[in-house]
Amino acid sequence: MCGRPDQSLATAVPVSDFDIQLHLLLEGVFLKYQHDFRNYSRSSLRRRVQQAMDHFGCTTVSGLQDKVLNDAELFSRMLQFFTVQHSEMFRDPQHFRLLAEEVLPMLATYPSIKIWVAGCSNGEEVWSLAILLHEQNLLERSVIYATDINAQALRTAESGIYASNRIAQFSTSYLEAGGRRSLSDYYHAAYDKAVFDRSMRRHMVFADHSLATDNVFSEVHLVSCRNVLIYFDRRLQDRALRLFRESLVPRGYLSLGSKESLAFSAHVDAFAPLHTEQRIYQLRA
Amino acid sequence: MERLKIVVIGASAGGVDALITLLRELPASFHLPIMLVLHVPPDQPSLLSQVLAFHCELQFVEAQDKQPLQAGWVYCAPPGCHMMVEPDGQDAYVSLNVDPPVNLSRPSIDLLFESAAHAYGQGVLAVMLSGASDDGAAGMRTVFALGGQGWAQAADEAAVATMPQAALAHNPRCKEMPLRGMVAQLLAVRQAMPLEMTA
Ligand SMILES: C[S@@+](CC[C@H](N)C(=O)[O-])C[C@H]1O[C@@H](n2cnc3c(N)ncnc32)[C@H](O)[C@@H]1O
Repeated sequence: MCGRPDQSLATAVPVSDFDIQLHLLLEGVFLKYQHDFRNYSRSSLRRRVQQAMDHFGCTTVSGLQDKVLNDAELFSRMLQFFTVQHSEMFRDPQHFRLLAEEVLPMLATYPSIKIWVAGCSNGEEVWSLAILLHEQNLLERSVIYATDINAQALRTAESGIYASNRIAQFSTSYLEAGGRRSLSDYYHAAYDKAVFDRSMRRHMVFADHSLATDNVFSEVHLVSCRNVLIYFDRRLQDRALRLFRESLVPRGYLSLGSKESLAFSAHVDAFAPLHTEQRIYQLRA
Repeated sequence: MERLKIVVIGASAGGVDALITLLRELPASFHLPIMLVLHVPPDQPSLLSQVLAFHCELQFVEAQDKQPLQAGWVYCAPPGCHMMVEPDGQDAYVSLNVDPPVNLSRPSIDLLFESAAHAYGQGVLAVMLSGASDDGAAGMRTVFALGGQGWAQAADEAAVATMPQAALAHNPRCKEMPLRGMVAQLLAVRQAMPLEMTA
């Protein structure tokens, strides 16, 4: 999936030397690798670029730019600094409980169910949703599209393999989210890993897709895009929300992260809050 | 001082009293936005904005991601969450994230100060109040490096002087001031503003 950047996305004028060089780095990365970070929140990016500079032994952003533009392999490592991969299964359990209790029963009224997890990272959210769907006998007629720009994260997501030392926390959250069985019914342990049930994998489609440059690819009933929009500036957030609007069926659902909100977006009026505290919205018909 | 565009404040232990003393003297029509990081326990809802609103004329809000900044408003960092400022042409808005703590703190005063410095350069006034860590000292260095100014609460007045002292130690140009002095200066800038700018 590859598209053209939005011409309408413009950035603020940089003030500091650091920001001027950051601006140039992001332009360079876009021209050379077609990864578009130009409309990411600068305040969040600066720290991560600083960490990349420390890691690659650069004293200036321009120095980092020089390395990155001349070394494709180094760019793929820098991508790990540019994106934040933290995730958990059933992260914010109350959010997943609401999805299970109020949203999935509505989705059950469709003959087939399509869900888009945008910015799926290592897939914890995808496998969590698959489990909830399974427990309501909906997984058999569901497809979950799981997209991200980080190829390494997508590979992990697809494997459904997580370190066993994370499982205790996942299990607690699963139960808090209203899970009806034991999380251990869904994975088998192999050395220090937990390998999730491959049969669920048949209902997942993983794809490289950027909310900054790509377009809508399917009609869906639920978009879950959690803890992604906070890293975008307002214009890019609005672009992503436009894609969700175009993708959702009338009265389709949108779920966001706990620190995200539609309140200050151009699309606020297109959605009705289903649960403001848990950031679950419904597209107005 | 005439070029000021934003006031950013950091506080920790003993900070609430200092905040009340400082902010209750500013009028509802104060001409700048104020952003405030107070270290609070991450898992409880914070009553900070309500407590301050009770004592002050300014308007207080627990900041939300992408909320536009307005004069006369005080934006408080939510518990367990970094708060920064994101420039947007002539305007600016709040940016939140849940990246790991910086220097053991989330919200981090350093991150707020740095983001303001990059967004506003000379237009920043960074204020360090009572507190027991050294969060904010490095951020204030960035504020000075990009042309802004910094004040630290006078040691004999701060309930816990570690934080203002650290800011002073790392920033030779940081001014040590009692809260009364800060209030007087902030009100004086306002007085000196040409009329159309205070409107
Ligand atoms: C913090 S993780 C969120 C993971 C998961 N949704 C959750 O809430 O736990 C953010 C993810 O967004 C992805 N991302 C960043 N920019 C993106 C873009 N332009 N398009 C799609 N995904 C993006 C990152 O690669 C990362 O995997």
